[in-house]
Amino acid sequence: MLAYFARRAVFAVFLVFAVSSASLLLARLAPGDYVTESMGLGAQGKTREDARARLGLDRSIGAQYRDWIVRAAHLDFGRSLQYDRPVIDLIPEHAANTAILAVSALAIATLLGLPLGVVTGSRKSGAVVGLIRSASLVLLSLPPLLTSLFLVFVAAKTGLLPVGGMTSSTGGELLSHMVVPVAALALPLVAMFERLQSQAMSEIAGQPFVIAALGRGVPLSRVIWRGALKNALRPIASVYGLVIGTLLSGSFAVEAITAWPGLGQLMLNALRARDVYLVTGCAAAGSIFLAAGTLLSDAALALVDPRTGHRSNRSHLSQG
Amino acid sequence: MRTFGLALLAVTIVAAAGAPFVGPYAIDRKFTGFPSAPPTRPHIVDDHGGWHAPFIYPRRLASRLEQRYEEDRSTRVPLTWFTGGHLVSSSSDDAPLFLLGADSYGRDVFSRLLHGARISVGLSFVAAAGATILGGLLGGIAGYAGGLLDDVLMRGSDFVLVLPAMYVVLALRSALKLVLPPAEVFALLTGIFAIVGAPFIARGVRAIVRSEKQLDYSAAAASLGASHTRLLLRHLLPAARGFVAVEITMLVPSFIVAEATLSYVGLGFPDPVASWGTMLQEGSNVRAFADFPWLLSPAAAMFLVVLGLNLVMQGGAKSLRYERSL
Repeated sequence: MLAYFARRAVFAVFLVFAVSSASLLLARLAPGDYVTESMGLGAQGKTREDARARLGLDRSIGAQYRDWIVRAAHLDFGRSLQYDRPVIDLIPEHAANTAILAVSALAIATLLGLPLGVVTGSRKSGAVVGLIRSASLVLLSLPPLLTSLFLVFVAAKTGLLPVGGMTSSTGGELLSHMVVPVAALALPLVAMFERLQSQAMSEIAGQPFVIAALGRGVPLSRVIWRGALKNALRPIASVYGLVIGTLLSGSFAVEAITAWPGLGQLMLNALRARDVYLVTGCAAAGSIFLAAGTLLSDAALALVDPRTGHRSNRSHLSQG
Repeated sequence: MRTFGLALLAVTIVAAAGAPFVGPYAIDRKFTGFPSAPPTRPHIVDDHGGWHAPFIYPRRLASRLEQRYEEDRSTRVPLTWFTGGHLVSSSSDDAPLFLLGADSYGRDVFSRLLHGARISVGLSFVAAAGATILGGLLGGIAGYAGGLLDDVLMRGSDFVLVLPAMYVVLALRSALKLVLPPAEVFALLTGIFAIVGAPFIARGVRAIVRSEKQLDYSAAAASLGASHTRLLLRHLLPAARGFVAVEITMLVPSFIVAEATLSYVGLGFPDPVASWGTMLQEGSNVRAFADFPWLLSPAAAMFLVVLGLNLVMQGGAKSLRYERSL
């Protein structure tokens, strides 16, 4: 078990390293640089060369990369070119905003999707089951891009909820600004969890141990909510690792549409301005999220399925 | 339900294929007198209760500031059928037919939606085909060869699968010039989506090829002298057909959404081109959505296409759904 977690931790570290290196190189290889994007065509050649030299953009890719690695090892991720502030100052605030979205959406999806899935999976038919199933089918066809568009429309039309313009992150105001983006991100996920859980439950329902428990006279609701549920948690636990990626992807669209000042927005602006160090910082922050998420999901999987650490078939991704 | 899904997809494909004919106007035709005009309602009964061939009432911009329109109920403008290469159009350019309203430049949203389907849906299917070829080859080779090559290829695709696909797309897209001509954007996005989608296909194909290789028919083909290439391409890969079909129905919606997201943030197609994403960008400020809800029609179209694909896939393989990650 320990060896398993050690392996996963090594993978997590490698993930962060590889993603930030790749994004630095990609951003550096892109045509144009911060100087051409910010100064426009009017600037003289000399002015541009000076600016490049001042910002350290005139060095070769190799030299820049080496320099970045050495500094990153000391937790210095360089200065953002467009904001002229250390990258490490800019990231936490935006990363926290994205984390708030992702974590609340994941919590809501789990708290709603799991019980709904248990209900639909343990019953054959009925009005409630039919209703939940059709709602899920509709929501599965609405990725966060669309849910956020529709929710923004509804919010703007009714005027009940604020749309965009989230600036301060204090108490009630934050909460009211959160409703639209969190709901947009959570709804498709609720549907996905409901479907997965429902399927797992209906598969478990035919297992001998369920029939045996019923035969011993254990009440049906207890069998469902205690015995079967525990065994049916594995599929959900195993997708948590993948869902983190889905959430980050989804939150990019949601942030763009609801003008939520998160990591996605910061990275998009940085990419547009060719602000290489900020791009790399955002990628590093995102990959730390991802690494933490996959580690947590591995832990969750080990918790609900004791066989996890011993399986020769290593990764949770191998459930194709 | 499956039939309904197939019907949705059929309508989309026919509408996209026949866009220049079905849509009343060209995508860049601007009616300057009609910025953000609401949808035109075709009538067959006039105010006096008389029946006519389908007609519309002409409208006039009453207030440019409030973008309010007044209908002139005294004259009727008949619709023309099969003229000028269009299925249906208005007989007068002073009273254009806007079935889904107009955007802020006075361009017909309905025509643009149909042309947008060509780009959005077309791009997604081409990209899915690319992902299938790339993923099928990688997965096939990994499963067939086994050993170190298998390990390297599968670890690589595991790695890509963990990453948030939207960010991978974004990073690859922005590694090239931010503004490109439409044809290049099309090729570029197709390539990027194919690369990002390939690992999903590769994983499953590898597993299938691996297990099929153990079966007797494979040994029989090998002992009859089939070469490695022939064994892989003619005998083993076809076994993955069902899996690939299901995967494609999941990749296509993700690609449609990814294109829309990129175009929405300005990294997709440039303006005069109509794709569902560029159309949504039009209404990208909140006021516009509240006042001109017809600008959301590309979002509705996207929903219907994705719903159609989901319905078709339903019996397919539900258990695979959680692999979607865009």
